[in-house]
Amino acid sequence: MSFEYAPAPESRAIVDIKPSYGLFVDGEFVEAKRSFKTINPATEEVLAEVAEASADDVDRAVAAARRAYDAVWGPMPGTERAKYLFRIARLIQERSRELAVLESIDNGKPIRESRDVDLPLVAAHFFYYAGWADKLAYAGFGADPRPLGVAGQVIPWNFPLLMLAWKIAPALACGNTVVLKPAETTPLTALAFAEICAQAELPPGVVNIVTGAGETGRALVEHPGIDKVAFTGSTEVGRQIARSVAGTDKRLTLELGGKAANIVFDDAPLDQAVEGIVNGIFFNQGHVCCAGSRLLVQESVAEELLDRLKARMATLRVGDPLDKNTDVGAINSAAQLSKIRELSDSGEAEGATRWAPACELPERGFWFPPTVFTGVAASHRIAREEIFGPVLSALTFRTPAEAIEKANNTPYGLSAGIWTDKGSRILWMAERLRAGVVWANTFNKFDPASPFGGYKESGFGREGGRHGLEAYLR
Amino acid sequence: MSERLSVRKTYKLFIGGAFPRSESGRTVIVNDAKGRLLANAARASRKDVRDAVVAARKAQSGWAARTGYNRGQILYRIAEMLEGRRGQFVEELRDTGLGKAAAAAEVDAAIDRWVWYAGWADKIAQVTGSANAVSGPFFNFSTPEPTGVVGVVAPDSPLLGLVSVIAPVIVTGNTAVVVASEPGPLPAITLAEVLATSDVPGGVVNLLTGHRAELAPWLASHQDVNAIDLAGAPDDLAADCARAAADNLKRVRRPAAGDWTADPGTARMTAFLETKTVWHPVGV
Repeated sequence: MSFEYAPAPESRAIVDIKPSYGLFVDGEFVEAKRSFKTINPATEEVLAEVAEASADDVDRAVAAARRAYDAVWGPMPGTERAKYLFRIARLIQERSRELAVLESIDNGKPIRESRDVDLPLVAAHFFYYAGWADKLAYAGFGADPRPLGVAGQVIPWNFPLLMLAWKIAPALACGNTVVLKPAETTPLTALAFAEICAQAELPPGVVNIVTGAGETGRALVEHPGIDKVAFTGSTEVGRQIARSVAGTDKRLTLELGGKAANIVFDDAPLDQAVEGIVNGIFFNQGHVCCAGSRLLVQESVAEELLDRLKARMATLRVGDPLDKNTDVGAINSAAQLSKIRELSDSGEAEGATRWAPACELPERGFWFPPTVFTGVAASHRIAREEIFGPVLSALTFRTPAEAIEKANNTPYGLSAGIWTDKGSRILWMAERLRAGVVWANTFNKFDPASPFGGYKESGFGREGGRHGLEAYLR
Repeated sequence: MSERLSVRKTYKLFIGGAFPRSESGRTVIVNDAKGRLLANAARASRKDVRDAVVAARKAQSGWAARTGYNRGQILYRIAEMLEGRRGQFVEELRDTGLGKAAAAAEVDAAIDRWVWYAGWADKIAQVTGSANAVSGPFFNFSTPEPTGVVGVVAPDSPLLGLVSVIAPVIVTGNTAVVVASEPGPLPAITLAEVLATSDVPGGVVNLLTGHRAELAPWLASHQDVNAIDLAGAPDDLAADCARAAADNLKRVRRPAAGDWTADPGTARMTAFLETKTVWHPVGV
């Protein structure tokens, strides 16, 4: 049975995108010598010209952050810092529809996700860490924990505003000031956040936003005037950053790639598991570091599960991110699309079987249909490398021990999923999975109170919860 | 009748619970503070590092699977064995140049440090773990888990410093490959004899003697080592090791001038712990 849907577009009118944006340094928007364009990945329409921060611009931002740290934010009592963060949380809530639409336009993610997942989590994250600002002495990091100073933070394009919140909220709560570089393809919500900082009357220099690409990020990470580097992104860039801070006093936390196993046992409620698998890999077009990109299904139910999965995939609606019915939006960039295509092609070339539902893709913009590969061997690239797209690799196992062996057979260790009705097996599996987040009978759940971060080459340090404070305290 | 000739000890490496010579056949001369020959200690090689990592990896999952209570008992047993050899360690420390009182104080502190850490084995999870109040019908909890195999470049404090870097690594279920103090390697091997008789499973602690600058980089670049403690590495060696460690994103603990007699706190334990967070829906 198929349903016809009438288009249900969310209005763009709530968003006012300016033709150009400067850098947010020392409480003001300032121009840079160079600029770049940010586009809507669903239409390839140019949205705005955005300033590209040079090394000199980064230097000015770091200097502003240092002045703000020394003169205002560092000495400020936690009770006062808390109130600024509560103000910011409230402003985000007040402007959440606008920010959700802007996020979907700049990133390509469905409005249903930006509205119901990203923005509520962003506001909640600021609210959560606001409450810590005056309680740090009780957090278990000593009686008088001190901030580190100036934090240089570099974030990815998959959850632009949420990653900003994960970085800025704990840093500010602990008394640090920040220079943050948003991703090149998704700068707009970070610039809207800069406006929110101004609306909250946050003292100038406490938050600085420097837009740009890899070179801007490098200038920030390697700047001698910062005390802390926090990075979310690819494992390869994470390695380069770890090398560059070697031999310095900079503190470092990294949240990198993943290749999570989503493990389904034969006693699992299969329909729930199918929903979990779909959410695990097709949420946010699979642009999720903790995506359940390797399905490990127990051999005895593999055929039935894959049939149900394909039937469910055929109902996914791919298209206009601003349509409230859309399940899978646009791929964030042409570069990412070509990477997804290249890895998917390698899957076929190496002998796996590709399946995707028939779905009409828009002519303009960057699109990839929800795809599952069966007959995947552990040695295939699509079983080992992070695709960061809506592509699932299905493998089978017979025993719990084999499931553990296969799940852990990766240099990554960010997340994992378990689907079974047997409680003792969940705990047995959870103990043995080498991953920082284990979702049992659920997947891709996030909360500001829940520590998130990886084992092994998925990085180190935790974001969220009491644990997330450690990265910003000495 | 002539005076009895003493039997000297051959100082070898400690790998996988056994005491092999270096596969390289090399030795380093260790003299006492007055320049008299104490021993030809083994000078470990790259291959010895690799053998030690294999032993540490093999022992890790079993050691981590022990209950905290059991690991605590074993660490306490180490303290008991060390106490029994108190005199021997005092003599060895005096050979490194310490006065009688200072050597005795260092041995006492080392014994007490094992006792202190032993108690942490079944408590650290209660201090660093949590149940997390998430906004939804989920039970969500975070627990600490060992990072895995930890490389340790031990500081020059040949007993107290050594114990202070080994105990926090292994008490939580990690296993260790330790490069002993270069100027004072002998107490490390004598400590290995203590470990070998304390129910510590073979491979949980592996001790190498030799040249730091030769051994530490192999440990730092080894792809099956999960973390490295650079406590005893001079700054330039530490920077090189931190760069090499980036290849597989090892957790790196940088050297910090420390007073080994001070309260250790929990930082050395938490540096080599991962936090795992588990979610499960709540419902009927």
